[in-house]
Amino acid sequence: MSISRRTLLRNTAALGAFAGAGLPHIWIKNADLAYAAGGEIKVGVLFSLTGTTAIIEESLNKATLLAIEEINAAGGIKGSKIVPIVEDPASDPATFSEKARKLVVGDKCVSVFGSYTSASRKAVLPVFERQNNLYWYPTLYEGRECSKNVIYTGAVPNQQQDEFVPWLVKKFGKKFYLIGSNYIYPKEENNYCKKLLEKLGGEVVAEEYVPLGHSEFSSVINKIRSTQPNVIFSTVVGDSVVALHRQYKAAGLDPEKMPMASLTTSENEVAAMGGEAAAGHFTSAPYFMVHKSPENEKFVEAYKKRWGADKVTHFVSEACYFQTYLFKQAVEKLATSDLTPPNIRDAVKGQSMIAPQGKVEIEPENLHTWLWPKIAQAKSNGQFEILVEAKEWLKPVPYAAYPGQSCTEKGLVEKS
Amino acid sequence: MDQFIEQIVTGLSIGSILLLVALGLSIIYGSMGIINLAHGEFVMLGAYAAWVFHTYLGLGLLASLVPIFLVVAAFGWVIERYVLSLLNNRPLDTILATWGVGIMLQQAVRLSVGSELRYVQLPPALSDSMDVFGISVSSYRVFLFVASIALFGATWLLMNRTTVGMKLRAIIQDRSVAASFGINAKRVYALTFAYGAGLAGLAGALVSPLKSVSPDMGTGYVVDAFMVVVLGGVQSLAGTVASAFILGELSGGIAFLQNDTVAKAIVLLAIVVLIRFRPEGLFTARVRA
Repeated sequence: MSISRRTLLRNTAALGAFAGAGLPHIWIKNADLAYAAGGEIKVGVLFSLTGTTAIIEESLNKATLLAIEEINAAGGIKGSKIVPIVEDPASDPATFSEKARKLVVGDKCVSVFGSYTSASRKAVLPVFERQNNLYWYPTLYEGRECSKNVIYTGAVPNQQQDEFVPWLVKKFGKKFYLIGSNYIYPKEENNYCKKLLEKLGGEVVAEEYVPLGHSEFSSVINKIRSTQPNVIFSTVVGDSVVALHRQYKAAGLDPEKMPMASLTTSENEVAAMGGEAAAGHFTSAPYFMVHKSPENEKFVEAYKKRWGADKVTHFVSEACYFQTYLFKQAVEKLATSDLTPPNIRDAVKGQSMIAPQGKVEIEPENLHTWLWPKIAQAKSNGQFEILVEAKEWLKPVPYAAYPGQSCTEKGLVEKS
Repeated sequence: MDQFIEQIVTGLSIGSILLLVALGLSIIYGSMGIINLAHGEFVMLGAYAAWVFHTYLGLGLLASLVPIFLVVAAFGWVIERYVLSLLNNRPLDTILATWGVGIMLQQAVRLSVGSELRYVQLPPALSDSMDVFGISVSSYRVFLFVASIALFGATWLLMNRTTVGMKLRAIIQDRSVAASFGINAKRVYALTFAYGAGLAGLAGALVSPLKSVSPDMGTGYVVDAFMVVVLGGVQSLAGTVASAFILGELSGGIAFLQNDTVAKAIVLLAIVVLIRFRPEGLFTARVRA
């Protein structure tokens, strides 16, 4: 087919018309109007539904979607519906980064809720910093990060350990056996734990890391037997937690004399290991499913109703739930034309709400969250019993283990 | 001294778990020459079968061992019959096919029962610990040790004292000659594969109360199993037993002196070096060619 003059003219005219309609859009100062187009606010939901960490991330996906559905059912945000775009990064950091780019650049999401592991958070960080978008990270983590493009709603080491370690020393003794999975999170937590122990005159009898996914703890248990610590301080994660607890129990060790004190064992892991293996051990976290508050009753009931009566809520899924509401509050403060990720970030500073765990607030300085530390003991029925509740909420100090450094609104500051 | 004995017993326990997991692979790889990358998924299916029998039928672990063996063996039979037997003498395609089957099994479990960790109860009668040589050892670990030796014994008898075993050994030596003597090679292969799969299923069910049950639990086990079989020597059941206990003692011992991360690395390195100088493994069955 040859191109006749007539079709060429017609096509050119059409192109011109298209350009006329399309191009000026680029020149409008607030092209970001697209973020709230057609009464819809698009957000990304980036939790692994397949692969190793799907075990836990599936519940984070569910808690986030529950909050979004509740907000939409109650009329959305100033009439706009939140539209979640769910992607499955398959527990693989490279895929996390790829999907994050797709959500931010391709789908033009105004924020993304996601990640469980630190590895996946580190993988998506460059995407959010380069695109100046906003990532909402619900997991407790090792601290030592200060990004203007991440809202951290999980606990940092000082919020899990400041109450916990002195309490353990007082109740059980000064000899600690530190065991963790072999990656950055347990190492940083242990780093902070050792600082606290030093102040309290405690002693570390062993510090040991097992490979991720490790499931044979008999040699570790022999070492525990021969070193006789007062407390086994555990930052083992994932299915290894289950294997460790079950083998501890099968070996006949006694939680009353030598309890495990964990920063990572939640209702989720307890359900998998069985109440009898979990019973007697301790966890420190800002939230437990049994916490008594009207907000928590509402959350647990809604979660079970939506996802099944046998499901449990835990300290990471609670953060997923309340951070979605904080997102809503921040967006409500903005005019529709101002809806951009940096503006949401500025609006969420100092925002507070009554979460299931108690009143939480985003610290304007470092974008981490004020939380309520709690210490609880696992029971054989698969739930925890809260033994200690902090009298005051605790400020997040992401660089608590590094006295010279602090995270401020200007970024990381080093005092020399 | 106590510590030394304690560590030897620990190594035996780790070794017995390795033997449980590797036995099925040893049969399938050693006798049929099939590199079965879905072996870990058979282990996983066994663990899930234990969970299903316990949760939905209220059967205890010990009572459900026989049905679990039969269910996973049936599964293996179907896969041999409709996938692998169509790929006769195409070893590379077989590797790919078993890998694919493994992925499909993992995702099928994930889609049907979800990806959260599952709980299988430790048999109440075996939940205490007992004294062995003056050392307190978990009764369930002792039970696993006995079970692994018993399964090895049963497998040895099956291979060396039954007609099916004799036919299988004949096929291994020369398939076409065996066939000309009227042995139905297809049927014997399908039965062997089913038996190996059933053993893997049993292993999964037996370790589930000590470890965790998740859709991708098999990935770790298949690596362990291959290390045992390769070190022990293909076609040598006794070699599989010896290498399982050698690896058990070695990784347990290094883990005690150093830690588990170092143990894993050193054991793997030792195997690589050994295979470099003795590609046939530690023990080889003498077969007249």
